[in-house]
Amino acid sequence: MNRFIPFFIISVLLISLVVANLLFGAVSLSLHDVFRGFQPGSDSYFTIHEYRLPRTLLAILVGAMLALAGALVQGVIRNPLASPDILGVSHGAGLAAVVYMIYFPHSSISWLPAVALVGGLCAALILWWLCGHRSSTIKLAITGVALATFYASTVDFLMLIKPLEINNALLWLTGSLWGRSWPQITMLLPWLVLIPCALYLAKSLNLIHLGEDTAISLGAKVNSLRLIALAIAVALTAAAVSICGPIGFLGLVAPHLARKLFGGRHQALLPATMLVGAVLLLMADLVARTIDPPIELPAGIMTAVLGAPYFLWLLIRTK
Amino acid sequence: MSLSTHNVCVGYHGKTIVNQVSLTIPEGKMIALLGPNGCGKSTLLKAMARILTPIKGEVHWCGKNLHQMPSKGLAKQLALLPQTQPIPEGIKVKDLIAYGRSPYTGFWGRLTKDDHTIIDKVMQETGVTALAEQLVSELSGGQRQRVWLAMTLAQDTPYLLLDEPTTYMDLNHQVELMHLLRQLNLSGKTIVTVLHDINQAARYCDHLIVMKQGQINTQGTPEAVLTKDMLRTVFDLNAQIHRDPIANTPMCIVEDK
Repeated sequence: MNRFIPFFIISVLLISLVVANLLFGAVSLSLHDVFRGFQPGSDSYFTIHEYRLPRTLLAILVGAMLALAGALVQGVIRNPLASPDILGVSHGAGLAAVVYMIYFPHSSISWLPAVALVGGLCAALILWWLCGHRSSTIKLAITGVALATFYASTVDFLMLIKPLEINNALLWLTGSLWGRSWPQITMLLPWLVLIPCALYLAKSLNLIHLGEDTAISLGAKVNSLRLIALAIAVALTAAAVSICGPIGFLGLVAPHLARKLFGGRHQALLPATMLVGAVLLLMADLVARTIDPPIELPAGIMTAVLGAPYFLWLLIRTK
Repeated sequence: MSLSTHNVCVGYHGKTIVNQVSLTIPEGKMIALLGPNGCGKSTLLKAMARILTPIKGEVHWCGKNLHQMPSKGLAKQLALLPQTQPIPEGIKVKDLIAYGRSPYTGFWGRLTKDDHTIIDKVMQETGVTALAEQLVSELSGGQRQRVWLAMTLAQDTPYLLLDEPTTYMDLNHQVELMHLLRQLNLSGKTIVTVLHDINQAARYCDHLIVMKQGQINTQGTPEAVLTKDMLRTVFDLNAQIHRDPIANTPMCIVEDK
């Protein structure tokens, strides 16, 4: 029963962060103002209902989705250093969006999510095409890293040769929750159906953890399971990236912390990862908004500041 | 219940390793697969455990093609302990052993009272009860091997396939393991194990299958199989055959070259 204690603590943390995100920002509000902000017509209605509440909800959703995608990829690739960033999905989505913004500067920004989604899926398909459906996990990870670097350098190249058009792209590429509101939440909602699908895979992901031979011997359909889990991870990542831009390290760090706190059984790990991902992004966005108001840093920079040292520590420790 | 291969060819990346092997596993026996490195004994075992699909020929379980049967049903009949296992992170010993029950549990993996009874029983048999709350990643090599064996036993199958289970063990743990396998065999399980140690195989197994270059060279009781001729043709060794002074089974002593 003791695994419920970390669940309880992390839930309390999540709720406190939600409250903090509603209270603090460019202007600090009182709890009273926050409550009144839910009623139309009050002074703080705009700040709370149109601004801070949707942004908080979005942080929870995007944090949970990116973290879950990371846990799925780590579960399938059986490498704790793997994440959708490493498979090149986030950067593929980023490249597609930057190309769109540079070469179609006058078209509607509302197409951006769809374009990023197509980019993310293409990146996944290219990886699949290069590696085949029965390749080793190491080959998949190395090819993914190579492709991710290629997409990132293509983005750099585009930004160098088209310096005038990059403002929008730059803003989006750092991964930010700024300026996102209810329409973006509505766009994310259909993708939430992937969460129960991912949870349904929990038991089989446990078996994959034991090695391919043992998993087959225990009756798991390893190849189709791998395909389905990766497809769900790609869709979750691309959907989240298309709304907020690539928010780095969340898909890597959240599953890792969750595994430390809740163990490796996916029945506990997958829900826990989503909670941890939501907490991390709420924290990152809170700090990003309150560190030097009214100037806002992108949340993606905060996750990178926290995530990069963690990644290095992991690398050193795994040696 | 019966496990047999029919003109089976198995290999990796288009290269044939096991060539045209037809074999019926004698039911209820403890069987050792022997042979020099690269002779195909592990590959044949993997084909029987449906890890590898034959290039040609068929593996039959109860007269039907094993590779076309539902995998979850087969998981209640055949269990495999691979030669090497990954070290899962953040998994406790009791959780790992409980994974052995997955062919019987529902989609969320919830354990019933019966499942818990079987898990407790196999933990006692393998002597890992005291390790239940420890993380698998913190165990020694010998402990980990016993925990994995317990997981395989929790699968509660009439047939048990093992790929060199004693390789990374100390001598005392090897002896314990062979005794345990013998007990399981006497309680009704058919056991097929790849072994490196010919004398160990002759002492504990009823039936030896000797492979050479992807084919079966000879098979039968230890008395019939363990001969000077066999050791010379299969292992390229000059050896004498003596009686094991304790078990009275045949054993080989290698002569100087």
